[in-house]
Amino acid sequence: MDISVSNLSKVYGQQRAVDDITFQVKTGEILGFLGPNGAGKTTTMKAITSCLAPSAGQITIGGKDVAMDEEAVKHHIGYLPENNPLYEDMYVIDYLRFVAEMQHIPKDQIDGRIIEMVNVCGIQKEKHKKISELSKGYRQRVGLAQALIHNPDVLVLDEPTSGLDPNQIIEIRDLIRRIGRSKTVILSSHILAEVEATCDRIMIIHKGKLVGDGTAEELRRQSKGVGLLRVKIEEVEKEDVEKALKALKDVNMVDLEGEVFVIQAKEGHALAREVFNMCVKNKWVLTELTPVETKLEDIFRELTMN
Amino acid sequence: MNQIWIITKRELQAYFDSLTAYIMIVAFLGFSGFFTWLFGSDIFLVGQANLQVFFSVSYWSLFFFIPAITMRLLAEENRSGTLELMITMPVNYFQIVGGKFLATLLLIVISLLLTLPYYISVASIGPIDHGSVFSGYLGLILISSAYIGIGLLASSMTNNQIVSFLVALLIGIFFHFIFGMIAGNMTGFFGNLFYFLSTSNHFESISRGVIDSRDLIYFLSITAMGLLGSVYFISRKSA
Repeated sequence: MDISVSNLSKVYGQQRAVDDITFQVKTGEILGFLGPNGAGKTTTMKAITSCLAPSAGQITIGGKDVAMDEEAVKHHIGYLPENNPLYEDMYVIDYLRFVAEMQHIPKDQIDGRIIEMVNVCGIQKEKHKKISELSKGYRQRVGLAQALIHNPDVLVLDEPTSGLDPNQIIEIRDLIRRIGRSKTVILSSHILAEVEATCDRIMIIHKGKLVGDGTAEELRRQSKGVGLLRVKIEEVEKEDVEKALKALKDVNMVDLEGEVFVIQAKEGHALAREVFNMCVKNKWVLTELTPVETKLEDIFRELTMN
Repeated sequence: MNQIWIITKRELQAYFDSLTAYIMIVAFLGFSGFFTWLFGSDIFLVGQANLQVFFSVSYWSLFFFIPAITMRLLAEENRSGTLELMITMPVNYFQIVGGKFLATLLLIVISLLLTLPYYISVASIGPIDHGSVFSGYLGLILISSAYIGIGLLASSMTNNQIVSFLVALLIGIFFHFIFGMIAGNMTGFFGNLFYFLSTSNHFESISRGVIDSRDLIYFLSITAMGLLGSVYFISRKSA
Protein backbone atom coordinates (compact mmCIF):
# COMPACT_ATOMS: atom_id res chain seq x y z
CA MET A 1 0.00 0.00 0.00
CA ASP A 2 1.39 3.33 -1.00
CA ILE A 3 1.45 6.22 1.40
CA SER A 4 1.14 9.71 0.09
CA VAL A 5 1.63 12.75 2.28
CA SER A 6 0.98 16.14 0.77
CA ASN A 7 1.60 19.56 2.32
CA LEU A 8 1.36 18.18 5.83
CA SER A 9 1.59 20.81 8.56
CA LYS A 10 1.09 20.65 12.30
CA VAL A 11 1.08 23.75 14.44
CA TYR A 12 1.33 23.75 18.24
CA GLY A 13 0.57 27.27 19.41
CA GLN A 14 3.32 29.35 17.82
CA GLN A 15 5.51 26.44 16.91
CA ARG A 16 5.32 24.73 13.55
CA ALA A 17 6.25 21.16 14.45
CA VAL A 18 5.77 20.01 10.87
CA ASP A 19 5.93 22.54 8.10
CA ASP A 20 4.54 21.71 4.70
CA ILE A 21 6.02 18.25 4.15
CA THR A 22 5.25 16.29 1.00
CA PHE A 23 6.45 12.79 0.17
CA GLN A 24 5.39 9.39 -1.13
CA VAL A 25 6.33 5.90 0.00
CA LYS A 26 5.75 2.87 -2.20
CA THR A 27 4.99 -0.71 -1.31
CA GLY A 28 8.12 -2.67 -0.51
CA GLU A 29 10.01 0.44 0.39
CA ILE A 30 11.60 1.01 3.77
CA LEU A 31 11.76 4.70 4.50
CA GLY A 32 13.94 6.04 7.25
CA PHE A 33 13.20 9.31 8.99
CA LEU A 34 16.25 11.09 10.29
CA GLY A 35 16.36 14.30 12.21
CA PRO A 36 17.55 15.91 15.40
CA ASN A 37 15.35 15.80 18.49
CA GLY A 38 12.18 17.79 18.03
CA ALA A 39 12.50 17.87 14.25
CA GLY A 40 8.97 16.63 13.66
CA LYS A 41 9.60 12.93 12.99
CA THR A 42 7.22 11.66 15.62
CA THR A 43 4.56 14.23 14.77
CA THR A 44 4.62 13.16 11.13
CA MET A 45 4.34 9.50 12.11
CA LYS A 46 1.48 10.22 14.46
CA ALA A 47 -0.36 12.02 11.70
CA ILE A 48 0.09 9.03 9.40
CA THR A 49 -1.27 6.64 12.01
CA SER A 50 -4.25 8.96 12.61
CA CYS A 51 -3.53 9.47 16.29
CA LEU A 52 -2.92 13.14 15.64
CA ALA A 53 -5.02 15.36 13.41
CA PRO A 54 -2.85 17.51 11.12
CA SER A 55 -3.39 21.29 10.99
CA ALA A 56 -3.21 21.23 7.23
CA GLY A 57 -2.47 18.83 4.42
CA GLN A 58 -3.65 15.44 3.33
CA ILE A 59 -2.47 11.90 3.95
CA THR A 60 -3.68 8.97 1.90
CA ILE A 61 -2.88 5.32 2.47
CA GLY A 62 -3.67 3.02 -0.44
CA GLY A 63 -5.64 5.86 -1.99
CA LYS A 64 -7.88 6.34 1.05
CA ASP A 65 -7.80 9.58 2.98
CA VAL A 66 -6.73 9.01 6.59
CA ALA A 67 -8.88 11.84 7.92
CA MET A 68 -12.03 10.92 5.99
CA ASP A 69 -11.85 7.16 6.03
CA GLU A 70 -10.25 6.50 9.39
CA GLU A 71 -11.91 3.17 10.10
CA ALA A 72 -10.99 1.72 6.72
CA VAL A 73 -7.37 2.80 6.97
CA LYS A 74 -6.68 1.81 10.58
CA HIS A 75 -6.83 -1.93 9.81
CA HIS A 76 -3.86 -1.60 7.52
CA ILE A 77 -1.54 0.14 9.94
CA GLY A 78 0.77 -1.38 12.49
CA TYR A 79 2.27 1.19 14.83
CA LEU A 80 5.07 1.06 17.34
CA PRO A 81 4.99 4.40 19.18
CA GLU A 82 8.03 6.19 20.47
CA ASN A 83 8.29 4.95 24.03
CA ASN A 84 6.60 1.66 23.28
CA PRO A 85 3.63 2.03 25.63
CA LEU A 86 2.28 -1.29 26.88
CA TYR A 87 -0.24 -2.37 29.48
CA GLU A 88 2.25 -3.15 32.22
CA ASP A 89 -0.09 -5.23 34.33
CA MET A 90 -0.99 -7.66 31.54
CA TYR A 91 0.66 -10.93 30.62
CA VAL A 92 2.39 -11.00 27.25
CA ILE A 93 0.00 -13.55 25.77
CA ASP A 94 -3.06 -11.79 27.15
CA TYR A 95 -1.87 -8.52 25.72
CA LEU A 96 -1.28 -9.97 22.26
CA ARG A 97 -4.70 -11.61 22.41
CA PHE A 98 -6.27 -8.27 23.35
CA VAL A 99 -4.59 -6.51 20.44
CA ALA A 100 -5.57 -9.32 18.08
CA GLU A 101 -9.21 -9.02 19.13
CA MET A 102 -9.10 -5.25 18.79
CA GLN A 103 -7.72 -5.64 15.29
CA HIS A 104 -10.66 -7.85 14.29
CA ILE A 105 -8.62 -10.97 13.64
CA PRO A 106 -11.12 -13.82 13.27
CA LYS A 107 -11.38 -15.92 16.47
CA ASP A 108 -10.09 -19.13 14.91
CA GLN A 109 -6.93 -17.43 13.65
CA ILE A 110 -6.00 -15.58 16.83
CA ASP A 111 -4.04 -18.45 18.44
CA GLY A 112 -2.14 -19.06 15.24
CA ARG A 113 -1.20 -15.42 14.87
CA ILE A 114 -0.06 -15.18 18.49
CA ILE A 115 2.17 -18.26 18.10
CA GLU A 116 3.59 -16.86 14.90
CA MET A 117 4.34 -13.48 16.48
CA VAL A 118 5.93 -15.11 19.52
CA ASN A 119 8.24 -17.01 17.17
CA VAL A 120 8.96 -14.18 14.78
CA CYS A 121 9.77 -11.71 17.52
CA GLY A 122 11.64 -14.19 19.69
CA ILE A 123 9.64 -13.98 22.90
CA GLN A 124 9.02 -17.70 23.50
CA LYS A 125 10.72 -17.71 26.89
CA GLU A 126 9.00 -14.55 28.06
CA LYS A 127 5.50 -15.18 26.80
CA HIS A 128 4.04 -16.15 30.18
CA LYS A 129 5.54 -13.23 32.05
CA LYS A 130 3.89 -9.99 33.00
CA ILE A 131 4.92 -7.14 30.74
CA SER A 132 6.17 -5.14 33.72
CA GLU A 133 8.69 -7.92 34.43
CA LEU A 134 10.29 -7.77 30.99
CA SER A 135 13.58 -6.11 30.18
CA LYS A 136 13.59 -3.25 27.74
CA GLY A 137 14.65 -5.37 24.78
CA TYR A 138 11.84 -7.83 25.32
CA ARG A 139 9.33 -5.05 25.82
CA GLN A 140 10.44 -3.69 22.47
CA ARG A 141 9.82 -7.10 20.91
CA VAL A 142 6.35 -7.26 22.43
CA GLY A 143 5.71 -3.81 20.97
CA LEU A 144 6.83 -5.05 17.60
CA ALA A 145 4.68 -8.18 17.89
CA GLN A 146 1.73 -5.98 18.73
CA ALA A 147 2.36 -3.87 15.62
CA LEU A 148 2.65 -6.93 13.38
CA ILE A 149 -0.05 -9.21 14.70
CA HIS A 150 -2.75 -8.26 12.22
CA ASN A 151 -0.32 -8.48 9.32
CA PRO A 152 -0.66 -4.82 8.36
CA ASP A 153 0.31 -3.47 4.96
CA VAL A 154 1.81 -0.38 6.46
CA LEU A 155 4.23 -0.45 9.34
CA VAL A 156 5.12 2.72 11.23
CA LEU A 157 7.95 2.23 13.71
CA ASP A 158 9.12 5.09 15.89
CA GLU A 159 12.66 4.29 17.03
CA PRO A 160 12.22 0.52 16.91
CA THR A 161 15.69 -0.35 18.19
CA SER A 162 16.01 2.09 21.06
CA GLY A 163 17.18 0.35 24.21
CA LEU A 164 18.29 -2.84 22.50
CA ASP A 165 21.72 -4.39 22.74
CA PRO A 166 23.83 -4.71 19.57
CA ASN A 167 22.78 -8.32 18.92
CA GLN A 168 19.14 -7.49 19.32
CA ILE A 169 19.52 -4.45 17.09
CA ILE A 170 20.83 -6.63 14.30
CA GLU A 171 18.04 -9.16 14.82
CA ILE A 172 15.34 -6.49 14.76
CA ARG A 173 16.95 -4.88 11.73
CA ASP A 174 16.91 -8.19 9.86
CA LEU A 175 13.33 -8.69 10.92
CA ILE A 176 12.33 -5.28 9.59
CA ARG A 177 14.16 -5.89 6.32
CA ARG A 178 12.47 -9.27 5.94
CA ILE A 179 9.02 -7.92 6.68
CA GLY A 180 9.66 -4.81 4.63
CA ARG A 181 9.82 -6.68 1.34
CA SER A 182 6.07 -6.95 1.05
CA LYS A 183 5.01 -3.99 3.15
CA THR A 184 5.43 -0.28 3.32
CA VAL A 185 7.64 0.58 6.25
CA ILE A 186 8.39 3.96 7.78
CA LEU A 187 10.85 4.00 10.63
CA SER A 188 12.55 6.75 12.52
CA SER A 189 15.83 6.69 14.29
CA HIS A 190 18.62 8.95 15.32
CA ILE A 191 21.20 6.23 14.78
CA LEU A 192 22.50 7.01 11.31
CA ALA A 193 24.26 3.72 10.73
CA GLU A 194 21.06 1.92 11.46
CA VAL A 195 19.02 3.91 9.01
CA GLU A 196 21.69 3.41 6.39
CA ALA A 197 21.74 -0.34 7.01
CA THR A 198 18.00 -0.85 7.11
CA CYS A 199 16.38 1.67 4.82
CA ASP A 200 16.08 1.89 1.06
CA ARG A 201 15.47 5.57 1.29
CA ILE A 202 16.32 8.24 3.81
CA MET A 203 14.47 11.43 4.58
CA ILE A 204 16.09 14.06 6.73
CA ILE A 205 13.75 16.39 8.58
CA HIS A 206 14.88 19.53 10.29
CA LYS A 207 12.70 22.07 12.09
CA GLY A 208 9.61 20.54 10.54
CA LYS A 209 10.92 20.81 7.00
CA LEU A 210 12.19 18.19 4.61
CA VAL A 211 15.86 18.94 3.99
CA GLY A 212 17.07 15.75 2.37
CA ASP A 213 15.42 12.87 0.53
CA GLY A 214 16.98 9.97 -1.33
CA THR A 215 19.09 6.87 -0.95
CA ALA A 216 22.23 7.17 1.15
CA GLU A 217 24.18 7.29 -2.13
CA GLU A 218 22.08 10.13 -3.53
CA LEU A 219 22.38 12.12 -0.35
CA ARG A 220 26.15 11.76 -0.52
CA ARG A 221 26.18 13.03 -4.05
CA GLN A 222 24.09 16.08 -3.13
CA SER A 223 26.30 16.85 -0.21
CA LYS A 224 28.99 19.50 -0.23
CA GLY A 225 31.48 16.95 0.98
CA VAL A 226 31.71 15.42 -2.49
CA GLY A 227 35.05 15.47 -4.27
CA LEU A 228 37.23 15.72 -1.21
CA LEU A 229 40.81 14.46 -1.62
CA ARG A 230 43.51 13.86 0.93
CA VAL A 231 46.90 14.82 -0.46
CA LYS A 232 50.25 14.24 1.23
CA ILE A 233 53.46 15.46 -0.34
CA GLU A 234 56.85 14.83 1.26
CA GLU A 235 59.83 17.06 1.79
CA VAL A 236 58.40 20.24 0.37
CA GLU A 237 57.56 23.45 2.20
CA LYS A 238 53.88 23.55 3.10
CA GLU A 239 53.47 27.08 1.77
CA ASP A 240 54.74 26.09 -1.68
CA VAL A 241 52.40 23.13 -1.90
CA GLU A 242 49.46 25.19 -0.73
CA LYS A 243 50.21 27.83 -3.31
CA ALA A 244 50.52 25.25 -6.07
CA LEU A 245 47.31 23.51 -5.05
CA LYS A 246 45.39 26.76 -4.96
CA ALA A 247 46.66 27.54 -8.43
CA LEU A 248 44.98 24.46 -9.88
CA LYS A 249 42.04 25.57 -11.91
CA ASP A 250 39.32 23.24 -10.53
CA VAL A 251 40.15 23.65 -6.85
CA ASN A 252 37.44 25.04 -4.63
CA MET A 253 39.05 24.88 -1.22
CA VAL A 254 42.38 23.88 0.32
CA ASP A 255 42.70 22.94 3.94
CA LEU A 256 45.72 21.80 5.91
CA GLU A 257 45.13 19.10 8.50
CA GLY A 258 48.48 18.37 10.15
CA GLU A 259 50.66 16.81 7.46
CA VAL A 260 47.84 16.27 5.03
CA PHE A 261 46.08 18.67 2.69
CA VAL A 262 42.37 18.21 2.17
CA ILE A 263 41.28 19.73 -1.09
CA GLN A 264 37.89 20.00 -2.67
CA ALA A 265 37.06 20.10 -6.35
CA LYS A 266 34.59 22.50 -7.89
CA GLU A 267 31.27 20.86 -8.59
CA GLY A 268 31.39 18.30 -11.36
CA HIS A 269 35.19 18.14 -11.56
CA ALA A 270 37.73 15.54 -10.55
CA LEU A 271 41.08 16.62 -9.16
CA ALA A 272 43.23 13.53 -8.77
CA ARG A 273 44.77 13.74 -12.24
CA GLU A 274 45.64 17.43 -11.92
CA VAL A 275 47.26 16.89 -8.53
CA PHE A 276 49.31 14.02 -9.87
CA ASN A 277 50.44 15.99 -12.91
CA MET A 278 51.35 18.92 -10.72
CA CYS A 279 53.57 16.71 -8.57
CA VAL A 280 55.23 15.19 -11.63
CA LYS A 281 55.92 18.62 -13.03
CA ASN A 282 57.48 19.87 -9.79
CA LYS A 283 59.21 16.53 -9.09
CA TRP A 284 57.48 16.29 -5.71
CA VAL A 285 57.00 12.94 -3.99
CA LEU A 286 53.34 12.21 -3.62
CA THR A 287 52.77 9.74 -0.77
CA GLU A 288 49.05 9.90 -0.37
CA LEU A 289 46.20 10.71 -2.71
CA THR A 290 42.92 9.31 -1.44
CA PRO A 291 39.30 10.30 -1.95
CA VAL A 292 37.42 11.05 1.28
CA GLU A 293 34.27 9.03 1.68
CA THR A 294 31.55 11.35 3.02
CA LYS A 295 29.87 9.87 6.04
CA LEU A 296 26.16 10.10 6.56
CA GLU A 297 27.00 11.86 9.82
CA ASP A 298 28.57 14.72 7.89
CA ILE A 299 25.63 15.04 5.56
CA PHE A 300 23.30 15.01 8.53
CA ARG A 301 25.30 17.69 10.30
CA GLU A 302 25.52 19.78 7.19
CA LEU A 303 21.75 19.70 6.64
CA THR A 304 20.69 20.24 10.22
CA MET A 305 23.26 22.58 11.74
CA ASN A 306 21.84 25.94 10.73
CA MET B 1 -20.32 -3.01 20.40
CA ASN B 2 -17.80 -5.78 20.01
CA GLN B 3 -14.93 -3.35 20.56
CA ILE B 4 -16.58 -2.06 23.75
CA TRP B 5 -16.87 -5.60 25.07
CA ILE B 6 -13.20 -6.39 24.28
CA ILE B 7 -12.13 -3.31 26.24
CA THR B 8 -14.55 -4.15 29.05
CA LYS B 9 -13.04 -7.63 29.36
CA ARG B 10 -9.52 -6.22 29.44
CA GLU B 11 -10.34 -3.60 32.06
CA LEU B 12 -12.18 -6.08 34.24
CA GLN B 13 -9.25 -8.44 34.04
CA ALA B 14 -6.91 -5.56 34.89
CA TYR B 15 -9.00 -4.87 38.02
CA PHE B 16 -8.60 -8.46 39.15
CA ASP B 17 -4.96 -8.85 38.06
CA SER B 18 -3.91 -5.73 39.92
CA LEU B 19 -5.80 -6.76 43.08
CA THR B 20 -7.84 -3.52 42.88
CA ALA B 21 -10.98 -5.58 42.53
CA TYR B 22 -10.27 -7.76 45.55
CA ILE B 23 -9.38 -4.81 47.73
CA MET B 24 -12.47 -2.97 46.56
CA ILE B 25 -14.71 -5.94 47.28
CA VAL B 26 -13.19 -6.69 50.67
CA ALA B 27 -13.26 -3.06 51.72
CA PHE B 28 -16.80 -2.51 50.51
CA LEU B 29 -18.16 -5.66 52.13
CA GLY B 30 -16.24 -5.02 55.32
CA PHE B 31 -17.32 -1.41 55.58
CA SER B 32 -20.96 -1.90 54.69
CA GLY B 33 -21.21 -5.14 56.68
CA PHE B 34 -19.74 -3.56 59.80
CA PHE B 35 -22.17 -0.65 59.82
CA THR B 36 -25.13 -2.69 58.66
CA TRP B 37 -24.86 -5.49 61.23
CA LEU B 38 -22.49 -4.57 64.02
CA PHE B 39 -22.15 -0.90 64.81
CA GLY B 40 -24.05 2.34 65.10
CA SER B 41 -27.66 2.41 64.02
CA ASP B 42 -27.45 -1.12 62.65
CA ILE B 43 -30.30 -3.34 61.60
CA PHE B 44 -30.82 -4.72 65.12
CA LEU B 45 -31.08 -1.23 66.56
CA VAL B 46 -33.53 -0.12 63.88
CA GLY B 47 -35.43 -3.34 64.37
CA GLN B 48 -37.13 -3.33 60.98
CA ALA B 49 -36.81 -5.97 58.28
CA ASN B 50 -35.46 -3.75 55.56
CA LEU B 51 -32.10 -2.85 54.07
CA GLN B 52 -32.30 0.93 54.53
CA VAL B 53 -29.25 0.87 56.77
CA PHE B 54 -27.21 -1.02 54.21
CA PHE B 55 -28.28 1.31 51.42
CA SER B 56 -27.33 4.47 53.28
CA VAL B 57 -23.96 3.02 54.28
CA SER B 58 -23.30 1.97 50.68
CA TYR B 59 -24.36 5.39 49.51
CA TRP B 60 -21.39 6.78 51.41
CA SER B 61 -18.86 4.02 50.83
CA LEU B 62 -19.41 4.00 47.07
CA PHE B 63 -18.88 7.74 47.06
CA PHE B 64 -15.34 7.17 48.37
CA PHE B 65 -14.49 3.90 46.65
CA ILE B 66 -15.51 4.75 43.10
CA PRO B 67 -13.06 7.64 42.59
CA ALA B 68 -10.35 5.31 43.91
CA ILE B 69 -11.04 2.68 41.26
CA THR B 70 -11.73 5.07 38.39
CA MET B 71 -8.72 7.31 38.95
CA ARG B 72 -6.43 4.97 37.03
CA LEU B 73 -8.65 4.35 34.03
CA LEU B 74 -7.69 7.14 31.64
CA ALA B 75 -5.01 9.00 33.62
CA GLU B 76 -2.69 6.00 33.48
CA GLU B 77 -3.26 5.55 29.75
CA ASN B 78 -2.60 9.23 29.20
CA ARG B 79 0.64 8.94 31.12
CA SER B 80 2.01 5.78 29.56
CA GLY B 81 0.83 6.59 26.04
CA THR B 82 -1.22 3.42 25.59
CA LEU B 83 -4.23 5.54 24.73
CA GLU B 84 -2.34 6.87 21.74
CA LEU B 85 -1.57 3.35 20.59
CA MET B 86 -5.12 2.22 21.19
CA ILE B 87 -6.59 4.97 19.03
CA THR B 88 -4.52 3.84 16.05
CA MET B 89 -6.43 0.55 16.24
CA PRO B 90 -9.90 0.23 14.75
CA VAL B 91 -11.71 1.74 17.72
CA ASN B 92 -13.08 5.18 18.56
CA TYR B 93 -13.06 7.27 21.71
CA PHE B 94 -16.67 6.45 22.59
CA GLN B 95 -15.89 2.75 22.56
CA ILE B 96 -12.80 3.21 24.73
CA VAL B 97 -14.68 5.27 27.33
CA GLY B 98 -17.74 3.02 27.09
CA GLY B 99 -15.67 -0.11 27.68
CA LYS B 100 -14.01 1.34 30.74
CA PHE B 101 -17.32 2.55 32.12
CA LEU B 102 -18.92 -0.83 31.64
CA ALA B 103 -16.01 -2.67 33.28
CA THR B 104 -16.19 -0.48 36.37
CA LEU B 105 -19.94 -0.75 36.58
CA LEU B 106 -19.64 -4.53 36.34
CA LEU B 107 -17.13 -4.52 39.19
CA ILE B 108 -19.62 -2.57 41.32
CA VAL B 109 -22.42 -4.93 40.34
CA ILE B 110 -20.23 -7.89 41.35
CA SER B 111 -19.59 -6.24 44.73
CA LEU B 112 -23.31 -5.60 45.18
CA LEU B 113 -24.18 -9.16 44.20
CA LEU B 114 -21.95 -10.35 47.01
CA THR B 115 -24.17 -8.48 49.47
CA LEU B 116 -27.18 -10.59 48.50
CA PRO B 117 -26.66 -12.72 51.64
CA TYR B 118 -27.64 -9.57 53.61
CA TYR B 119 -30.94 -9.57 51.80
CA ILE B 120 -31.43 -13.29 52.33
CA SER B 121 -30.60 -12.96 56.04
CA VAL B 122 -32.98 -10.08 56.60
CA ALA B 123 -35.70 -11.77 54.58
CA SER B 124 -35.40 -14.80 56.85
CA ILE B 125 -35.73 -12.67 59.99
CA GLY B 126 -38.89 -10.80 59.13
CA PRO B 127 -41.29 -9.68 56.42
CA ILE B 128 -39.23 -7.71 53.92
CA ASP B 129 -40.51 -5.43 51.16
CA HIS B 130 -38.92 -7.08 48.12
CA GLY B 131 -39.80 -4.16 45.88
CA SER B 132 -37.92 -1.62 47.95
CA VAL B 133 -34.87 -3.90 48.14
CA PHE B 134 -34.88 -4.15 44.37
CA SER B 135 -35.23 -0.39 43.92
CA GLY B 136 -32.57 0.20 46.57
CA TYR B 137 -30.09 -1.90 44.62
CA LEU B 138 -31.16 -0.14 41.44
CA GLY B 139 -30.51 3.17 43.19
CA LEU B 140 -27.02 2.05 44.17
CA ILE B 141 -26.26 1.00 40.61
CA LEU B 142 -27.54 4.31 39.27
CA ILE B 143 -25.56 6.34 41.73
CA SER B 144 -22.48 4.25 40.96
CA SER B 145 -22.88 4.89 37.26
CA ALA B 146 -23.11 8.63 37.92
CA TYR B 147 -19.95 8.56 40.04
CA ILE B 148 -18.13 6.39 37.52
CA GLY B 149 -19.03 8.99 34.90
CA ILE B 150 -17.59 11.72 37.10
CA GLY B 151 -14.53 9.58 37.88
CA LEU B 152 -13.85 8.95 34.21
CA LEU B 153 -14.20 12.64 33.48
CA ALA B 154 -11.67 13.49 36.19
CA SER B 155 -9.37 10.74 34.93
CA SER B 156 -9.53 11.97 31.35
CA MET B 157 -8.39 15.46 32.29
CA THR B 158 -5.01 14.55 33.73
CA ASN B 159 -2.20 12.06 33.56
CA ASN B 160 -1.76 12.02 37.32
CA GLN B 161 -3.82 9.49 39.23
CA ILE B 162 -3.82 11.43 42.50
CA VAL B 163 -5.08 14.56 40.76
CA SER B 164 -7.70 12.43 39.09
CA PHE B 165 -8.84 10.97 42.43
CA LEU B 166 -9.06 14.36 44.12
CA VAL B 167 -10.90 16.01 41.23
CA ALA B 168 -13.42 13.18 41.16
CA LEU B 169 -13.92 13.47 44.90
CA LEU B 170 -14.26 17.24 44.65
CA ILE B 171 -16.91 17.09 41.94
CA GLY B 172 -18.58 14.24 43.82
CA ILE B 173 -18.78 16.20 47.09
CA PHE B 174 -20.87 18.88 45.40
CA PHE B 175 -23.43 16.41 44.18
CA HIS B 176 -23.21 14.30 47.30
CA PHE B 177 -24.04 16.93 49.89
CA ILE B 178 -22.99 20.51 49.13
CA PHE B 179 -25.85 21.09 46.68
CA GLY B 180 -28.23 19.63 49.24
CA MET B 181 -26.89 21.94 51.95
CA ILE B 182 -27.18 24.99 49.72
CA ALA B 183 -30.72 24.01 48.78
CA GLY B 184 -31.62 23.88 52.49
CA ASN B 185 -30.66 27.53 52.87
CA MET B 186 -32.35 28.80 49.74
CA THR B 187 -35.83 29.17 48.47
CA GLY B 188 -37.37 29.83 45.06
CA PHE B 189 -35.79 28.89 41.78
CA PHE B 190 -32.24 28.34 43.07
CA GLY B 191 -33.49 26.40 46.02
CA ASN B 192 -35.32 24.05 43.69
CA LEU B 193 -32.39 23.87 41.28
CA PHE B 194 -29.90 22.83 43.94
CA TYR B 195 -32.43 20.49 45.46
CA PHE B 196 -32.75 18.82 42.08
CA LEU B 197 -28.97 18.65 41.61
CA SER B 198 -28.38 16.96 44.95
CA THR B 199 -27.84 13.20 44.67
CA SER B 200 -29.16 12.38 48.10
CA ASN B 201 -32.76 13.42 47.40
CA HIS B 202 -32.92 11.32 44.27
CA PHE B 203 -31.29 8.38 45.98
CA GLU B 204 -33.55 8.54 49.02
CA SER B 205 -36.70 8.40 46.99
CA ILE B 206 -35.41 5.45 44.96
CA SER B 207 -34.15 3.55 47.99
CA ARG B 208 -37.57 3.93 49.60
CA GLY B 209 -39.04 2.13 46.63
CA VAL B 210 -40.26 4.97 44.44
CA ILE B 211 -38.86 4.70 40.95
CA ASP B 212 -39.54 8.06 39.39
CA SER B 213 -38.49 8.87 35.83
CA ARG B 214 -37.05 12.18 37.05
CA ASP B 215 -34.59 10.32 39.26
CA LEU B 216 -33.63 7.99 36.43
CA ILE B 217 -33.10 10.93 34.08
CA TYR B 218 -31.05 12.69 36.74
CA PHE B 219 -28.59 9.82 37.25
CA LEU B 220 -28.40 8.88 33.60
CA SER B 221 -27.74 12.44 32.52
CA ILE B 222 -24.88 12.84 35.01
CA THR B 223 -23.45 9.59 33.67
CA ALA B 224 -23.86 10.71 30.09
CA MET B 225 -22.28 14.09 30.76
CA GLY B 226 -19.35 12.45 32.48
CA LEU B 227 -18.78 10.06 29.59
CA LEU B 228 -19.17 12.72 26.91
CA GLY B 229 -16.81 14.99 28.85
CA SER B 230 -14.24 12.19 29.01
CA VAL B 231 -14.52 11.60 25.28
CA TYR B 232 -14.06 15.31 24.74
CA PHE B 233 -10.93 15.48 26.89
CA ILE B 234 -9.20 12.43 25.46
CA SER B 235 -10.05 13.33 21.87
CA ARG B 236 -8.72 16.84 22.39
CA LYS B 237 -5.24 15.38 22.79
CA SER B 238 -5.20 14.31 19.17
CA ALA B 239 -6.49 17.62 17.82
